[in-house]
Amino acid sequence: MEWEVVIGLEIHSQLATRSKIFSGASTAYGAAPNTQACAVDLGLPGVLPVLNAEVVGMAAKFGLATHSTVAQRSVFARKNYFYPDLPKGYQISQFELPVVHDGYIDIDLENGDSKRIGITRAHLEEDAGKSLHEDFHGETGIDLNRAGTPLLEIVSEPDMRSPAEAVAYMKKIHALVRYLEICDGNMQEGSFRCDANVSIRPQGQEEYGTRAEIKNINSFRFVERAINYEIERQIDVIESGGKVVQETRLYDADKNETRSMRSKEEANDYRYFPDPDLLPLELDQAFIDAVAKTLPELPDAKRDRFMQEFDLSRYDAGVLTASRELAEYFEKTVAAAGGEGKLSANWVMGELSGLLNKEGKDITESPVGPDMLGGMLQRITDGTISGKIAKQVFEAMWAGEGDADAVIEKKGLKQITDTGAIEAIVREVLENNPKQIEQYKAGQEKLMGYFVGQVMKATQGKANPGEVNKILKQLLAG
Amino acid sequence: MTMFQKNIQELAAGLTAGEYSSEELTRHFLERIEKYDSQLNSVITLTAEAALADARAADQRRKDGQSTPLTGIPYLHKDIFCTQGVRTSCGSRMLDNFEAPYNATVTQKLKDAGAVMLGKTNMDEFAMGSSNETSFYGPVKNPWDQARVPGGSSGGSAAAVAARLAPLSTGTDTGGSIRQPAALCGITGIKPTYGRVSRYGMIAFASSLDQAGAFATSAADAAQLLEIMSGFDERDSTSIDRPVESYSDFLANDLSGLKIGLPREFFSEGLDAGVGAAVEAATDELKKLGAEIKQISLPNSGLAVPAYYVVAPAECSSNLSRMDGVRFGYRCEDPKDLEDLYVRSRGEGFGAEVKRRIMIGTYALSAGYYDAYYLKAQQVRRLIRDDFAAAFQDVDIILGPTAPGTAFKLGEKSDDPVSMYLSDIYTIAVNLAGLPGMSVPCGIVDGLPAGLQLIGNYFDEGRLLNVAHQYQQVSDWHQQIPAGFA
Repeated sequence: MEWEVVIGLEIHSQLATRSKIFSGASTAYGAAPNTQACAVDLGLPGVLPVLNAEVVGMAAKFGLATHSTVAQRSVFARKNYFYPDLPKGYQISQFELPVVHDGYIDIDLENGDSKRIGITRAHLEEDAGKSLHEDFHGETGIDLNRAGTPLLEIVSEPDMRSPAEAVAYMKKIHALVRYLEICDGNMQEGSFRCDANVSIRPQGQEEYGTRAEIKNINSFRFVERAINYEIERQIDVIESGGKVVQETRLYDADKNETRSMRSKEEANDYRYFPDPDLLPLELDQAFIDAVAKTLPELPDAKRDRFMQEFDLSRYDAGVLTASRELAEYFEKTVAAAGGEGKLSANWVMGELSGLLNKEGKDITESPVGPDMLGGMLQRITDGTISGKIAKQVFEAMWAGEGDADAVIEKKGLKQITDTGAIEAIVREVLENNPKQIEQYKAGQEKLMGYFVGQVMKATQGKANPGEVNKILKQLLAG
Repeated sequence: MTMFQKNIQELAAGLTAGEYSSEELTRHFLERIEKYDSQLNSVITLTAEAALADARAADQRRKDGQSTPLTGIPYLHKDIFCTQGVRTSCGSRMLDNFEAPYNATVTQKLKDAGAVMLGKTNMDEFAMGSSNETSFYGPVKNPWDQARVPGGSSGGSAAAVAARLAPLSTGTDTGGSIRQPAALCGITGIKPTYGRVSRYGMIAFASSLDQAGAFATSAADAAQLLEIMSGFDERDSTSIDRPVESYSDFLANDLSGLKIGLPREFFSEGLDAGVGAAVEAATDELKKLGAEIKQISLPNSGLAVPAYYVVAPAECSSNLSRMDGVRFGYRCEDPKDLEDLYVRSRGEGFGAEVKRRIMIGTYALSAGYYDAYYLKAQQVRRLIRDDFAAAFQDVDIILGPTAPGTAFKLGEKSDDPVSMYLSDIYTIAVNLAGLPGMSVPCGIVDGLPAGLQLIGNYFDEGRLLNVAHQYQQVSDWHQQIPAGFA
């Protein structure tokens, strides 16, 4: 049977505030356990939560950037369950009335099409602490530094039909929250992680199959792998006559498998109810309008502009706008290169990205800045160096040998454009190759390439290839 | 007249005139506590040394001309308010070992005003009770008859002031926990508008209903204490950003033309005849002072108790989840795993009434029951609020009995939770609506005090205190001291 997979994602995005969502404690990552947990985070008797206004603006930004409704009234609710790293015995979240709802984003598919993925809702909530099971000799340590860290949980519609679509969606949301500067997107530190709801159904069936929820996936690669594994598992279960049960599963990246955590029957009844310690969150239109004014140019708009302004393909423009930093780097390069969009795109996506990948560096860590790269590109366009020599220059710049002009000067890489000088070299090459001239004249015209090569070799690549061609043709014809 | 018989104004005057120091005044009340509290059990933790140190600091402050009306005045603090470095038990075994690492906003305000805390008072466990019998520290006795309860949950605070072990005390009122014990102990108690006093550091029972307030022997004294306790607090999102009025300035206002409403539902079946007569007599006194009496109706009053016993347990079931034996408070011996830690710590740490309410609340919030219970109760709450809003279109204040009877015997209602819950039948609706209410002594029935309840519109504390004060100018019930404590 042909199966169709249905996927929905719940993305937990940690909001980049300095202090926690309901207390003044710091959210900085990596401090010694329990040094960033105040009385409110510890859930001491008598303490009360006070909403950090910053998170509200961030949630509104996200809503506006995803064509969602930013609710004029939303309500914080308590999600009740017992766990040692949940100090109050409940998590403050939003349930019935989330701050953001009913939006969408468009993702680009591999075949070049674009697809709209619905966003059901995005709500504000606090993170829990961490239970540390190692190093305590059979006991459990609790670190409450993370307790109370603000999260925006972004829930998609079950609109994705393949792991690749899920990855594209997750990457798009990742890019978006970083564009909006509401989340640092650091997946190793858990600032951006997701749960995937996966089900399968026979191709053509309208009704959804029973879904499993895979918890806490913290990389794009794992999302793809976990969903792939889960699809195979569900197909196996059904095809061997079984039934998929509604349950929560955990993805084990080391073993590349998902395994059951708890079934629907074992699931907690969270007894949600409005938190009486917090008033409903009311946002007026003026506030929402003010937030709208702070929105930066978003990835889709930037991509469209790049296509138009720099005459780039949709694919190239998409790659260059995948992160705000890369897009900024590109635009600065273009400016420094005197407006050469296409050439800049080729270099940023080619040589630069290649070296960054090879060395595991981020665009912000590139040893060659956009001004340097743009400066070098200018030397290509003004004929000082050829594209081929430019690679040499680029590598030297990467190695810290100075900017393009310095490298060209030091290494004597300036292109030979003096026709007299080129002609002298061409004559020399021809004199040394009488046999090939004969063959050429006999009709083997592809030997032209051989002569060009010889000239380039003699000039260490510095001869202007156009001039070389022209002079060769003249002399051979003569 | 000895010190314990004086009101706050007189005590402050005595301090200013140098007739006695705050240290002497504090010692005087500490001695009374030493002498009498073994009979009453109103104090859980006495902080004598800290009190004397605070008193000396207050004396210095008074000398420096930096005093407030409460500087150097001793008070007792309900053990529900966090007090830094002092056990804050909330009347529970669960918090018997809990020393708060911070001060509640109310605690801090009183400290800043220079008031001298003598100790922490006994209360029903986590403020759940109407008789002070659910305390881990044993019941409090009513100073008027030690075979009887003082009311609850602020029973220790009420009994102590009634016996003049302190001139002032704090309380909290979720369904009547200030007004009902004030009535049963023959003192004055006021619960202000929800949001008037910060809840920060006040251990939560039912967050949408809890409100702190004051006990004193007179409305004038209560006004002084309430004024210090009140005010916006940015640490409590439900506190209201509105300036605090000087309540004492309202006391002398003339009552002529004041419209007082008597809800017929408060004078029906179930009201003790003696208490009813006392309330009627008080009403006549107010009429003589120029007030106009009107019959009104609060048609949904009968729904208040059932709605309350859904909302309050629901909130408490969640509020008390943090008492899990993990970070503070009681932890069972040798838990074998996490579940055992939870089950036994909570099973052994909480008393029966607290467990009952946690279970009721958990049930009311559970999937499939939420709409029928919690949501319905919230709807009822709106009806009750609307009833009051309609009534306040016609009258300035509402008057009735505080409790259906006088103090009942210890153990009398312990096995019958519903009859216990009904002792708050006249007070609960006020919390559901978030209105201010107070209780004023209005008679002695068979040797036991009866209480008159005054209910005001939002932020009308000044008017309530004014009416109570004017009544206390023409009555002396509030000056009665139970035999054996004079």
